[in-house]
Order: sequence, then structure tokens, then C-alpha cells
Amino acid sequence: MRAIVSVLGQDRIGIIAKVCTTLAENQVNVLDLSQTILQNYFTMVMLVETEQCPLPFETLQQRMEDAGREVGVKIKLQSEDIFNAMHKI
Amino acid sequence: MLNARDIYETLDMINRQHLDIRTITMGISLRDCADRDLERCAGRIYEKIVRRAERLVRTGEEIESELGIPIVNKRISVTPIALVGESCEGENFVPLAMALDRAARECGVNFIGGFSALVHKGMTVGDGKLIASIPEALSRTDYVCSSVNVGSTRAGINMDAVRLMGQAIKQTAWLTREQNGLGCAKLVVFTNAVEDNPFMAGAFHGVGEPECCINVGVSGPGVVHHALKSIHGQPFDVVADTVKKTAYQITRMGQLVAQEASQRLGVPFGIVDLSLAPTPAAGDSVARVLEEMGLEVCGTHGTTAALALLNDAVKKGGVMASGHVGGLSGAFIPVSEDEGMIAAASSGQLTIDKLEAMTAVCSVGIDMVAVPGDTDESTISAIIADESAIGMVNNKTTAVRIIPAVGKQVGDTIELGGLLGSAPVMPLHQGRCEEFIARGGRIPAPMHSLKN
Repeated sequence: MRAIVSVLGQDRIGIIAKVCTTLAENQVNVLDLSQTILQNYFTMVMLVETEQCPLPFETLQQRMEDAGREVGVKIKLQSEDIFNAMHKI
Repeated sequence: MLNARDIYETLDMINRQHLDIRTITMGISLRDCADRDLERCAGRIYEKIVRRAERLVRTGEEIESELGIPIVNKRISVTPIALVGESCEGENFVPLAMALDRAARECGVNFIGGFSALVHKGMTVGDGKLIASIPEALSRTDYVCSSVNVGSTRAGINMDAVRLMGQAIKQTAWLTREQNGLGCAKLVVFTNAVEDNPFMAGAFHGVGEPECCINVGVSGPGVVHHALKSIHGQPFDVVADTVKKTAYQITRMGQLVAQEASQRLGVPFGIVDLSLAPTPAAGDSVARVLEEMGLEVCGTHGTTAALALLNDAVKKGGVMASGHVGGLSGAFIPVSEDEGMIAAASSGQLTIDKLEAMTAVCSVGIDMVAVPGDTDESTISAIIADESAIGMVNNKTTAVRIIPAVGKQVGDTIELGGLLGSAPVMPLHQGRCEEFIARGGRIPAPMHSLKN
């Protein structure tokens, strides 16, 4: 499944490293990413492919959330479908 | 790749503007459950619902988690029970309501709708039994919702049924008085009821519907409100356009969820209902959307025009976003379920007369309105008759869901809990209408030409 990872929180060293390490550990491939600092807030969205990930989607969501908590940011993993539905005709 | 701003916009709608899917409702036909024996009929009803809907809640939760959008309710609607129970021997249909309740509990759904009768032209013996069973059925069940259609544009208004429903509402309020008349929050009187409505309390699975189908109701007053804030002071053309674009986005979400649910459950997709359904939470109010257009308070002059624009633009935006649109599709104005409506009614700015006018331009009607507990049944019937007349003449669905607050007076507030919210007791006109309601008979269907 193609999914969107969204990361939001106070900027600090090592957020991207943490997110990417967790994804790599779970066999999730990063296809694209966009990151910026908005009003001192770290914001990042990534498009990922979870096809090779051995875990159920819900477990992967949980691992990403846990990883986010460790570095003080909010991480969500959602199917890409919802964004396509809303923003593409 | 998707534009990052688009992604943030969607996330913001979900996290901060209360965007959600209000309901996935599975419609189930019970036409094959009829039996002469009431208990056997009840057994078949239970068995069929549980068999059809056992995976509904789990599937809904899976979709919720994968897409990251809350799906607030999972519900079931069934064939009007008056039709299913028609051939049963026995004096009342309460055991059938109990079977619905058990099935709903077993499936884990929030509500089950369809303890209903369609009597717009006249009543069969079964219809009469069902209406007589409503107060007890609603007081002895937790999940069952009931509705009765008393009028239609083609048939006129069945004033005998209108009289009976005034009585049923009063009795239901009395029997559920310890829960502030909660039973009345689960009882709707319709004119021009629709067969595929996924919203409660008026959902039932109409006779023209398939064996089983999935209908989805979207929500999103908070998202519309947020969008309108960004165009403050601009002309109504811009307002209409903004609402349309937002409604399109909201409905696309509903269409996606409906398709997913339909596919995973192996059940055909029915419709998406394009309704703006408020909740009592701050920031999720239809009244506040109207106020954002420049009204100091919902209910003041201009409210009907604002609502007409909103209702129409929601439909125009939503229609293109979904393969099949149906249900009630419009803005809801339930007083107790809308933070802004509660405030406007409590301050006396929103009156029952203004609500009635508003129902001429939106779905659905005098909805979730608490009235003094000593209101007589003919007054309630007369409110139903007025609403029915608006629906009948304007060729639209109208409804009454009114709660006589036992022991309460104007100025008091009743708490109904959860999404049903809290309702300020609203004043009614004092002129009596017993003789009007006692006449009975039918109000003939209106002309469809010479329209002025």
C-alpha cells in the first residue's frame, strides 16, 4: 500500500533520522518527501510504499507513533487514498 | 507526489475542524422474516441482522484506522417493521423491537433504525399495531429508532396518523421521563420520507432497496465554517463557491469510505448522503456557519436566506463528488445537537417559528427541540401537521423530532447526553388546536401546476 507519513512537532536534531530508521527497520520504502519549518514547527510529509513490510498496517502505525513520541513529535501513517480522493478529480 | 499543502489541509480538517464520516449504515431487508408466529418472526429478524452485519463494526474500524479519518457511527437500517410484522398474530410489536435491540447489541452498532410504518395515505392493521407499540418499544430498548411517515406530496397528509403520533410522542416522553424523554430523541415523524437515509433516528431500508447495501453519511460544518472565515465580507457568489468546493472535498471522503466498506463487506454501495450534520462540540455547528455569513445570531432576520444558500451549495458541490447521492442530503438543524443552535435558542433569539421557516429550505425539520412537559398532544400533532404541510407543498422531506420535557418549563434545559446534546425548553404558541386535530381524515394532495 502507498501511504502518507506526516510528522509534526517542535524541531530538534534527529527527527528525520528517527523516522527514516524506523521505516527502514520495518522494510518500508520512502518514495518522496517534503520537509519544512513552519512557525518554528517541524513539518514533514513522506510518500512511502509498505508492500514489503511484514507487519499488519495497524502495527506499523503504532510503531511510527511510538517512534514519534521518543523524539517529541506526532507521527501519523495513513493510506494515500484519502488524500487522492480529496485533492484529485 | 501530492502537494504537501494539500496533505496539511486534509490533516487540519480532520484534527482541528472536526471532519469525520458521521455514519456507515448497512441497510438490510427483512422482508423474508415474516411469520404468523410473533416469536418466530423476532427470531428470524435477530438471526438475519446478526448474519448480515457481524463484520460491519470491525470493517468500519479498519477503514477508520487505515485512512486516518474518524467514522463516528456504525448503524443498521431495516425494512419498516410494520411490513415485516404485518402477518404476525398478537397485539403488539414490542417483541420485534426487542429483537432489533438484541441484534444491534450483538453487532456492536450505535443505533438500529426501522421500527417504522409508512402511513401517508392510510393505515393497515399492522401499521396500527406498530404505532401503538412505539412508546413501550422505545422505553424498553437502547438502540432502536422509530419513524413514521404521515404524509407525502402525492398522497397528502394522513391527519389520523398525525393525531396518533402526537399521542405516541407524549407517551414516549412519559415512559422515558427518567432519561429526560430520551425515547423521543429516537422517534421521527416524516413527510416524504426517503428510503435510503443513513442518518438516525429516521433511517429505514425502503421497499425499493436491495437485499443489503451500504449508505454513508458525511459531516463537516466545522470545515465549511473554517473555509468561510477566510473569505470574510466577500459577496455571496464567493460564499456559494467556497461552500461548493468544501462540500466536494468532504463528499469525496464519504465516497471513498463507502466504496471501501462496500468492497470489504461484499455488499453493494447504495448512496452517499450529502448532509452537514452538526455535533454539540464547539466548532462543529451549522448555526455558526450561518452566523459567519454576517448574522449576529442564528434565528435573526436573514437566517432563512443564509440557510437556503448553504443547503443548495452543499448539494451542488457534493453531487459531482459521489457516484450516487441520496438520503436527506442537506444541512441539518437539530437544536440540541448544535452548539450554536443551543446558544441561540437559550437566548430566545431562535424561536420555533423561525425554525419552521428554516425547514422550508433545508433538511429536515423541527429537530431535537424540547418543549414544555405540559404541552398537550394536540399541540404536538399540530406542529407535525404544519411541518408536513411544508414538506407536502414543497415536494421535500420534512420531519418532527420533538421532546416534551416532563416536569420542565421554558428556561429549563434537558441533558440527553453524547451526540444528542442538551436542549433548552422552547416556548410554543398558547392557542389551542384540539378541534383542528380531532377532525381526522386526510388533507388532500396539493396541485402540481398553477404554482404561485
